[in-house]
Amino acid sequence: MRGFPWRETIRAGLLGSAVALHVSLVGMVEAFSRREIVKDVVTLGQLLLLLVVLGAGYWAAGKAAKRNKVYGIFAGLLVGLIIGLVLAALALSIKPLHLRQVFANASRGLARVLLFNKKGLAGVIKLLIVMGGGGVVAGLLELLPSKVRRPLLYALTATLTLGLLRDIFAVILPRSISRFFYTSSGLTVKGAVVLTLVWAAYFTASELWGQRVRSSLQALPPTQQKTLRWGSYLLALIILLGLPPLLGERGGYVFEVLDIVGIYIVMGLGLNIVVGFAGLLDLGYVAFFAIGAYTMAVLTTPELPAVRQYIPPMDFWEALPIALFASLLAGIILGVPVLKTRGDYLAIITLGFGEIIRLLVISDALKPILGGAQGITGVARPHLFGWTAKDPQDFFYFILAAIVIGFFISVRLKDSRLGRAWKAIREDEDVAIAMGIDHVATKLTAFATGATLAGLSGAIFSSKLFSIAPHSFNILISIYVLSLLIVGGIGSLPGVVVGAFALVGLPELLREFAEYRMLVYGAALVVMMIYRPEGLWPETLHVAEYKHRESTSSQATTASVGAGK
Amino acid sequence: MGILDIVHVTKRFGGLIAVNDVTITVEPRTIHSIIGPNGAGKTTLFNCITGFYRADEGQIIFDGEPIQYLPPDEIARMGIARTYQNIRLFSNLTVLENVLVGMHSHLHSWFIEPILGLPSYKREEAEAREEAMRLLQFVELEDKAFFLSKNLPYGEQRRLEIARALALKPKVLLLDEPTAGMNPRETEETMALIRRLRDERGITIVLIEHDMKVVMNISDIISVLDYGQKIAEGTPLEIRTNPRVIEAYLGRGAAMGLSEAA
Ligand SMILES: Nc1ncnc2c1ncn2[C@@H]1O[C@H](COP(=O)(O)OP(=O)(O)OP(=O)(O)O)[C@@H](O)[C@H]1O
Ligand SMILES: [Mg+2]
Repeated sequence: MRGFPWRETIRAGLLGSAVALHVSLVGMVEAFSRREIVKDVVTLGQLLLLLVVLGAGYWAAGKAAKRNKVYGIFAGLLVGLIIGLVLAALALSIKPLHLRQVFANASRGLARVLLFNKKGLAGVIKLLIVMGGGGVVAGLLELLPSKVRRPLLYALTATLTLGLLRDIFAVILPRSISRFFYTSSGLTVKGAVVLTLVWAAYFTASELWGQRVRSSLQALPPTQQKTLRWGSYLLALIILLGLPPLLGERGGYVFEVLDIVGIYIVMGLGLNIVVGFAGLLDLGYVAFFAIGAYTMAVLTTPELPAVRQYIPPMDFWEALPIALFASLLAGIILGVPVLKTRGDYLAIITLGFGEIIRLLVISDALKPILGGAQGITGVARPHLFGWTAKDPQDFFYFILAAIVIGFFISVRLKDSRLGRAWKAIREDEDVAIAMGIDHVATKLTAFATGATLAGLSGAIFSSKLFSIAPHSFNILISIYVLSLLIVGGIGSLPGVVVGAFALVGLPELLREFAEYRMLVYGAALVVMMIYRPEGLWPETLHVAEYKHRESTSSQATTASVGAGK
Repeated sequence: MGILDIVHVTKRFGGLIAVNDVTITVEPRTIHSIIGPNGAGKTTLFNCITGFYRADEGQIIFDGEPIQYLPPDEIARMGIARTYQNIRLFSNLTVLENVLVGMHSHLHSWFIEPILGLPSYKREEAEAREEAMRLLQFVELEDKAFFLSKNLPYGEQRRLEIARALALKPKVLLLDEPTAGMNPRETEETMALIRRLRDERGITIVLIEHDMKVVMNISDIISVLDYGQKIAEGTPLEIRTNPRVIEAYLGRGAAMGLSEAA
C-alpha cells in the first residue's frame, strides 16, 4: 500500500463519525427512521447516516484515487467501516454506560435503529456491512466518469425525494398508479426501481443533449424566445389553476401545505426586494406581516366590542386595502428614521421593531383592541360573486394571485431605473449617492414595497386561519424568510420559490423535521455558504456570467496545457 | 471666477490638517491637475468638493453657487462627477447597468411607470440604453456591455468608471488617478480620452495624477499640494522649474520622475 493516504482517509472517517454521532445523539436518526423511503429497504434515518458515509467516503476516495483506482475503493471502504464501528460502539454502550443520563436522545430505540433491529453481534455485522458497503459505493462513484455519475446521482436523489414526499404523491395520484409506486409508507421496491430507471434515462438524455437543446433555444430569434417564455408561464399558470378541481377532495392536505408555502413566497418576494435588491438587512420583517394580519382581523371580526362600538365589521375586500395601506405606512414610518443608518444598525433596529410589534399585540393594555394573548377569531373570508373561500383549495387561488402580483412587481422593477438604483445602493451606497441617487427615497421605496407585500401576505394568512394569535408572529418568521432567500439565492425570483419549498414546504410535510428545523436550516446555510454561495437558483445574469467565465478559463487552461507540451 | 472655486478650504481629521486653507480656481474647459506627494490631501479635497466630507472652513462654489452645505447626491446632480482612486464599480452589475446607474438623474421613471409598463417609460429606457451603449463605445467597452463589471480587467474597469461618470453629463469631472496601474499603452489611450472629453464635450477636468509624464503632457494648469497646503500653481512649464515643488518631491527622497520628465 505504498502512497496510500492513511491520514486523510482516517481523518475523513473520524469527521464522518463525528457527524454521524451528532445526528444520532440529537435524535434525528431515530426520529427519521420512522419514515420509510423505500418500503422495508431504507428509512430516512438510515439514509441520513448513509449520506454521511457517502460524503466522507467520496471525499477520501477522491484523495486516494489520485494514486491508484483500487486505493479509492479501499479508502471508501475504510471510511465506511470507521463510521460503522463508531456507531456500533455507540449502540452497544448506550445501555451499559447509561448514556441516556447525558444525552436525552441516546435511547434504546436509537440502539435498535443503529443495529437494524438485530441483537448484539448480528446487528454490529449488519451495520458494518451496510456502512462499509456505502463506503465502497462512494469509492466506485468516484471512479465513474462524471458523465455517468451525475445522472446517476440526480436520478437517485429524485427517486428518494419522491419517496420522501409519499404523503403528497400517494394522495394526489390516481389510485391505480399510486398503488404501484407507493405503499402505506414510502415507495414500493418495484416503484423505486422504475422511478430510478426513468429518472436516469431523463438525466442521461439531458446530459447528452441538454446543452444542444438549450443553445438551439438561445439561438431562436428574441421574439420567438419571448413567446416561448410566456407560453411556458401560461402553461404553468393553467396547471396551477387546474390543480384544485383536478385533485378535488384528495387535495386538502396538499393545498394546506401549498398555502403555507405560498404565504412564505409572498413574504419572500417582498423581503427579496428589501434585502436582495436594495441590500437592506431587515430582521423585523415579521412586523409588517403582523400588521397586515392584525389589521385584517381587527377590522373584520365580530368580536372586540371596544372596536365594534365605532366601526361595524367590514368584509374582506373592504379591509384588504386598509391592511395594505397600514403596512405600507408602517414601512414608511419605520423607514424614515431607520434608513439613515446603515448595515448593522439597520439590522438591530428592525429586529427591535419586530419585537415591539409583537409585544404590543400581546399586551394586556391593548387587549380590547388587539385581542391580547388569545388573539382574535372570526376573521372575514374573501368572497367573490356570492362564493366565499373557506377550504385550503379556495385560498390557494388568492395566494396564487398574491404571488403573481409579487412576481410581477419584482420583475417589472428589477431592471427599471428604480431597480438599478436599489442594486447600486446594495453594491456601494456612497458611490450610488455620488451618482446622484437620492438614497433615502430609494431605500424607503424598497422598504415600503417589501412591507406592503408582507402586509398582503399577512392579511390573507389571517383570513385563511380564521383566527390569529400573537405567537404566530415571532421573530423566527423573519429568520425563516431570510433563510429561504439565502438558500434560494438572494435576489433571485425563482430562488424564492425554490427556497420556500425547501425550507417551509419540506418541514411542513415531514413533521419529524419540524423539531430539527433550525438545526437543518443552520447546516443548510453553512453548506450553502461554502459550496454554493450564489444560492440554489441564482439570478440568471450571474449564471450566464459564471458560465462565460468558466468556458473562457477552461479555454485558457487548455491553451496553456497545449503550450506546455 | 471659474467654474469651480475652492476658496480657503480647510479639512481636519482630529489633529491632522488634511487640507489646509487651499484656494484653487478651476477654469472652464481646462484640464486642471492636482499633484502632490502621498497623503498631501488630494483625495480629501475631492471628497470635500463632492460633499462626502464637510469642509471645516472655506467655501466651494460651483457655477456661481456655494455647494459646501449641499448633500452629495445633489452636488452630483448639479453636474460634478467623479471616479475613485481605488476603483469603485457596482461589481455585481453588468457594465451596461453601471453606466445606466450613472444616468439615473437624467431619467424620470419611478415606481408606477415600470409596473404599468407605460409607453413613455419604455421609450425612456430604450433611449437610455442606446445612450449608454454610445458611452460604452466612446470608452471602447461596447462588446463587454453584458459582462459583470467585476470581471473586467483592471484597465477596462478604470475606463468603465469614466464612462459611468460621463453618464451623469457632468460639467466638471474629477478623476482620481485614472491611469494608476495601467501599462504605457493604456495610459496613452486614457490621456487621449481625457483630452477628447475636454475638446469634444467641453467638460472641465480636475485630475489627480502621480505619473509626471502624464501630468506635464496633458495639463493646462497644475496645482501642487504638500501637507495639505497649496505650495505652487501654474502651467506645466512653471511647475517643472519651481524650486519649492522640486523640493517637496525630491527633498524627501521620493524621486517621482519629475526631473526626468522635465
Ligand atoms: N477619513 C479620514 N479620517 C482620518 N484621516 C484621514 C481620512 N481621510 C484621509 N485622512 C488623512 O488625510 C491625509 C490626506 O489623505 P488623502 O487621501 O487626501 O491623500 P492623497 O493626497 O490623496 O494621497 P495619495 O496620493 O496617497 O492618494 C492623510 O494623512 C490621510 O491619512
Ligand atoms: Mg488619494
